[in-house]
Amino acid sequence: MSSRRSRSRQSSGVSRISDDQIADLVSKLQQLIPEIRSRRSDKVSSSKVLQETCNYIRSLHREVDDLSDRLSELLESTDSDSAQAAIIRSLLM
Amino acid sequence: MNKLKTRVLSFPLFLSLSLSLSLNIHSLSTSPPTSPPLLSILSFFYPLTLELIMAESPSSSLSNIPDVTSNLSRKKRRKIGPHNPLQLSSVSGQSRWRTESEQQIYSSKLVDVLRNLRRPESASATGRVVRDAADRVLAVSSRGKTRWSRAILTGRLSLRLAQINKKHKKALKPGLSNSRVKKPAGQRKLPPVQKKVKVLSRLVPGCRKLSLPNLLEETTDYIAALEMQVKAMTFLTGLLNGGVSAAGGNDHNISSS
Repeated sequence: MSSRRSRSRQSSGVSRISDDQIADLVSKLQQLIPEIRSRRSDKVSSSKVLQETCNYIRSLHREVDDLSDRLSELLESTDSDSAQAAIIRSLLM
Repeated sequence: MNKLKTRVLSFPLFLSLSLSLSLNIHSLSTSPPTSPPLLSILSFFYPLTLELIMAESPSSSLSNIPDVTSNLSRKKRRKIGPHNPLQLSSVSGQSRWRTESEQQIYSSKLVDVLRNLRRPESASATGRVVRDAADRVLAVSSRGKTRWSRAILTGRLSLRLAQINKKHKKALKPGLSNSRVKKPAGQRKLPPVQKKVKVLSRLVPGCRKLSLPNLLEETTDYIAALEMQVKAMTFLTGLLNGGVSAAGGNDHNISSS
């Protein structure tokens, strides 16, 4: 079947991927997202999975932003103390 | 003196030769269908990208150089794993991000980069700088195998070059208005699902024109990497928190992760 091989060069146009493949990948994605995983339902539609994926990625981005803000504040306060940096490195390595 | 000069000159030549050779050999063995040649070259220059990250911070003291070379030698000793993450190895790809060692490697690299980071003038922009550095280190940790990591790294470079042409770039974006147009009847997927796919492709860096299976593969890897990033940064914040309160002599409970 020529439609089975999905060439990414044609990705901007019509994509000839079977629906089974899509459903399979979406179910794999479903396993990653904690909200859907905890619901234990097989009837989650693919649009719901995609929506939850987008929300999850956005929330992860927000968490990284918050953490980087906090880290920047902490780094400024510990900037003068090089002994702490040495401690951190010894703990991490 | 002459001997020293020739040695200094020949080293970059040797490096570039070896890298180009490895590029040729690798492209013969496995041909990645999706990555354009420029970006695939970037994946082989990933040891040098760490230098790029260090070079972006203008603290060019000599103490950086032993760090960079030790990182380089560390990376060269590591074997390059199987190259096709877009096919069957999605499970191993995710579990790679979840290993403890990967998190520790990321944390140590992040600490290195953050220590040498340039301080912007405005206090509010520091968070952004840290976030960019964290993303860059995350992208480097991916070893150039995933599209989103390459997009992050090239995006930073092109952003610096194109800062003057920002208005020009904005004028060249007609695609946003076209995305609302309804697809022709030949499409198999329903429009609402397709809309969500578009939104998702915008969230994952570098995946706007990707086919759906590749996009989903990239998404799974990206989510695993983001989770690892959150864990590592939480860990670092906890460490620094504990350090700061200890140095300040407070009696708060030191919360270590």
